[in-house]
Amino acid sequence: MDPLLLIEQSLNGFQLGVMLFLMAAGLTLVFGVMDMINLAHGSFYMVGAYLTATFVGLFDSFLLAVVLAVPLAALVGVVVELVALRTLYGRDHLDQVLATFGLILFFNELVKIVWGPVPLRLTPPEFLAGQVELIPGAPYPAFRLAVIVVGIAVGAFLWYLIGRTRLGMLIRAGASNREMVTALGVDIARIFTAVFALGAGLAGLAGAMAGPILAVEVGMGEHILILTFVVIVIGGIGSVKGAFVGAVLVGMVDTFGRVLLPTTLKLFLDPSTADGVGASLASMAIYILMAAVLFFRPRGLFPAHG
Amino acid sequence: MRSLILTAGAVALMAATPAAADELKIGMITTLSGGGSGLGIDIRDGFMLGLEHAGGSLGGLETEVIEGDDERSPEVAVQLADRMIERDGVHIVTGIVWSNLALAIMPTLARNEVLFISPNAGPSALAGEGCSPYFFNVAWQNDNNHEAMGQHVQNAGFERLFILAPNYPAGQDALTGFQRFYTGEVVEELYTQLGQLDYAAELAQIRAAEPDAVFFFLPGGMGINFIKQYEQAGLKDEIPLFGPAFSFSQDILGAVGEAALDVYNTAQWSPDLDNPANARFVEDFVATYERIPSLYASQGYDAALLIDAAVTAAGGDLDDTEALIAAFETAEFDSVRGDFSFNTNHFPIQDFHLRQIVQLDDGTLTNRLVETVFTEHGDAYAQDCSM
Repeated sequence: MDPLLLIEQSLNGFQLGVMLFLMAAGLTLVFGVMDMINLAHGSFYMVGAYLTATFVGLFDSFLLAVVLAVPLAALVGVVVELVALRTLYGRDHLDQVLATFGLILFFNELVKIVWGPVPLRLTPPEFLAGQVELIPGAPYPAFRLAVIVVGIAVGAFLWYLIGRTRLGMLIRAGASNREMVTALGVDIARIFTAVFALGAGLAGLAGAMAGPILAVEVGMGEHILILTFVVIVIGGIGSVKGAFVGAVLVGMVDTFGRVLLPTTLKLFLDPSTADGVGASLASMAIYILMAAVLFFRPRGLFPAHG
Repeated sequence: MRSLILTAGAVALMAATPAAADELKIGMITTLSGGGSGLGIDIRDGFMLGLEHAGGSLGGLETEVIEGDDERSPEVAVQLADRMIERDGVHIVTGIVWSNLALAIMPTLARNEVLFISPNAGPSALAGEGCSPYFFNVAWQNDNNHEAMGQHVQNAGFERLFILAPNYPAGQDALTGFQRFYTGEVVEELYTQLGQLDYAAELAQIRAAEPDAVFFFLPGGMGINFIKQYEQAGLKDEIPLFGPAFSFSQDILGAVGEAALDVYNTAQWSPDLDNPANARFVEDFVATYERIPSLYASQGYDAALLIDAAVTAAGGDLDDTEALIAAFETAEFDSVRGDFSFNTNHFPIQDFHLRQIVQLDDGTLTNRLVETVFTEHGDAYAQDCSM
């Protein structure tokens, strides 16, 4: 393959990874710190995208729309935590899966009632609508570069928050030993609410950043949620660093699986069979990656604790 | 289970058909939640408008439409079909959007001698050797709209095509159909994942392959993702994009916006097709649902009209299945697409048109007719069907 095309595809894979990281960061925090399986994470992503699309329509400014949508998504997260999820912390994972699956249905129906069944329109802001020619002959969409920048900024922010602040210290402590932290007089319930708000806000931000590239439609959260779970399982549940590495790995493997498998298979099979088999194998590539990682590292690449 | 039972009483009309004054039960199994629900909702809404236009009853019988949400899952669709047949005793099933779901429920329906009036899914597997007397498609055989675009691209003189579709039965039918009438060079035939989000890798391959034009079939959200990303990559002005109506249907135009402006696509129907039935359908659909009907809505509407005409022709007798099938085969109704008849394999023979995306004065995007590509076009599989 042409080396320039190879570089371009690496960039594509990295960018897909960063987008997945935006989703995975919030999910891994909630899962790791609160030991809570939250399938409704994708719903916050959908709410973030829908709110952004609505605010862009109202104020004609993408930046303002994101600034408004992200805290609102976090607020929705807080309400959900206080009303529905708080009672589930002590229950086993199956109960949590059932309850949060119910929330998915609830949010899909709610969004359909509020915004209607037809997908919404959301385009990149004017100043990011063009292309940047990073690689000669391969103009790259400016908005995708913006997604990479935002993803790296979120990674840096979380690294600082978790590793360098008092709140981060309490989050880490709560993740390792919930009883001990409570015994020391820390209000763990408030910390959980804060973590959940952070997770929902990050999902909302992911929705806002993915909206201009992807379809803003009912059910958009479920599709990306499956990929996100693969990412955090590979990275190690609860680890932000693991989420980043896992996301980039998944992005790369998925992109190169799609590009290289059909091409490689054409060396052995006739073209139409190779296309079909290649496409089928490519859709399995990330699950094979997950199985391989779990075989050698059953707790993921960067287990958060224990 | 979100199922809604809608009874449309029609006592006055029942009096007119004394032969068999029982009730007509229709199972509407379609995608009403999650991904792709826009398509299912359009089919359902179109069907309900057809029922209303038929006077609230089909074939002069009191009509009950039992809705079930298949969630785009073949397993759920089969469960719904089983339940509707055994518990509700439906006479006719309709609504299915996706070919893989249609293939999944067909054995159950055929075994119970329940008719399946497909308002959308028309897989090749049910058109040729595997055709069934219990299956009717009121829309098209899957290949048809792609064949029409293949013919148009061929006529327009493009010589190097990059073609792509999702890796599932209708995707394979699409690329096969396209290449049945486009005979130039195909630089790459690509199958993408069903429900794929990001197409950056494919777009890089398209740019590197330097084709004359791109033909793609990606219905619903996949199409929105692809068209947006195609424009953002700056490819729209370099390499023209062609697709069947599904890639540029009304349900996605609002979401893709100007990225789709001026693009050509092919269909058996368009909102501006000039016939009285269509004018009434479009006007009342907009008035009732406050949106322009999509291709899918027109097909749902026609399904209701077809059932009305056939059951009327059969004298309202739902027990004689053979006579009912014969009535469907020759049913005459004012289809919103104009002239329409059934082929020997229960798939339509009809015209196919080229459409272009235009922007109305109020900013709404919609399709406008350009020219007719095929007249009285059937499908390539009918000859293998022995019924």
